[in-house]
Amino acid sequence: MYEIRLHSRGGQGGVTAAKLIALAAFRDGKHATAAPFYGAERRGAPVVSFIRIDDNPIKIYSQIKKPDLIIVLDPSIMELVDVFDGLKEDGTVLINSQKPFDLAQHEAHYVDLTGIALKVGLVVAGTPILNTPVIGALAKIGLFSRDSARSAIEEMFTDPKNTEAAMLAFDEVHQ
Amino acid sequence: MNESNQATISTGNNAIATAAKDAKVQVVAAYPITPQTEVVEQIANFCESGALDAKYIPVESEHSAMAACIGASIMGARAFTATSSHGLLYMNEMINWAAGARLPVVMANINRALGPGWNTWAEHTDSLQTRDTGWLQVYVSTVQEAYDTTLMAFRIAEDKQVYLPVMINLDGFALSHITQSLTTESDEKIQAFIPPFQLDHAIDVTDPHGYGTLTSSDQYVHIRYDIERSMRASCAVIEETEREFAKAFGRTYSWTDEYLCDDAEVLIIAMGTLGKEAEVAVDILRKEGIKVGSMRLRWFRPFPDLSDRLIGRELVVIDRDYSFGCGGIIAGTIRAKTGLESYNIIAGLGGQEVTYLDIASFVKERKIGKEVWFGVDETKAGYEISRSDV
Repeated sequence: MYEIRLHSRGGQGGVTAAKLIALAAFRDGKHATAAPFYGAERRGAPVVSFIRIDDNPIKIYSQIKKPDLIIVLDPSIMELVDVFDGLKEDGTVLINSQKPFDLAQHEAHYVDLTGIALKVGLVVAGTPILNTPVIGALAKIGLFSRDSARSAIEEMFTDPKNTEAAMLAFDEVHQ
Repeated sequence: MNESNQATISTGNNAIATAAKDAKVQVVAAYPITPQTEVVEQIANFCESGALDAKYIPVESEHSAMAACIGASIMGARAFTATSSHGLLYMNEMINWAAGARLPVVMANINRALGPGWNTWAEHTDSLQTRDTGWLQVYVSTVQEAYDTTLMAFRIAEDKQVYLPVMINLDGFALSHITQSLTTESDEKIQAFIPPFQLDHAIDVTDPHGYGTLTSSDQYVHIRYDIERSMRASCAVIEETEREFAKAFGRTYSWTDEYLCDDAEVLIIAMGTLGKEAEVAVDILRKEGIKVGSMRLRWFRPFPDLSDRLIGRELVVIDRDYSFGCGGIIAGTIRAKTGLESYNIIAGLGGQEVTYLDIASFVKERKIGKEVWFGVDETKAGYEISRSDV
């Protein structure tokens, strides 16, 4: 079982990103569960989503304590919460950032999702949309195939900017 | 129009709404409440887009929602609604009426705690408070099971031997808001499984008569006993419906969802998502040499005859509910039906986090005949909540 915790702020599309991850994994032939954790959500508040991917049906509904992968859609959250809490020793990190992160033992990837969203014009109500670009970045680090990422996005969105942003993110992930 | 079955992903709420659409409900009257809102939003979208040809009635309260479903159903329409928690209990008077009037209304209840304290997370006390109303009640644990069970609910409710409403229950947020894979079925196969139906006692203005009008005590006793007769008859209808569903769609359901029960010396009994997570606890405990199985209850009304399955085993019953002054409602029902005592854990109230590791520890710490509230320890200072502080 591969377990993921995704950190975002209300309104950035973290919940939709979790659904897209589940759909892309499903298109890869895997079982997946995406579970947003609902507190008192409001625009701008830090929110967490949990995603599990496995070859077998998933029977666990409780929260993920020791993730294999941590995704941070908004790096400013790192000043508020310990986003790396519980990360497995051989765990991986993907951060929306213009610059690299040095995380000692962990495999850390970074990609400028905000820049990509602005570049392709993926902006809603003044907020850059990060949920589709991040799917491209996750395909690059091997969570699912590039084709599954593309088909998941095209099943949920009609605007081609979403796929364009995801494919840009695929090319621009750095370690 | 679904020409073939489709595999996609869905939330629990969307699966319920999609099943109502695919069942071609004719009237939906509903009032939104967290965590049910997505169900009625999605059905409203289906009506707006033309995907569902139904009369959608946005009412001003849950009491009116059920009243409108009763009105539609008594005219012979296939009626559906969805609610949760306070909404369910606000419609309680009409819930009793729907069953007493023998109307095959189908409703989804998204299980949520009752306030105060104000809490929108999962708990089963809301629906279990309506267990004596004459509604059939079923509890599901996956997105696919939510869709499949909703389709089956129409067939069971509309069977002449039953003619009672059915309530499908799913855990608020824990199932309503999570995304899993979902296979939806073709219109043709669903139409064959739940064809349009005729309600025998539908109101007909050309032949005016009604069921359940002013009734003498003697007649009333018979009307009430007839509900119980139909409840008993519904057992065979449920079994037949689940068999036919498996034949048509290839997915199998039963009274209970059993995992490694056959040789089990200890059984974990629970409902909803906790009952599914319990299977992971079973895997862990089996590796440690404990012969344990998981029995997730699906149907709570009618309550299945489980005596043969339960006698001779130690029972660990997890109640995500409570009847104050009495005990856990599942444990109490098992005791009433079988005479068996259990180790009764009250866990998951108000969405309390309960993991498979916690469930494994319930089994290891079992003391048959005892009741324990998970997370509450009276021997520790500070367990009491001061009413002036919260």
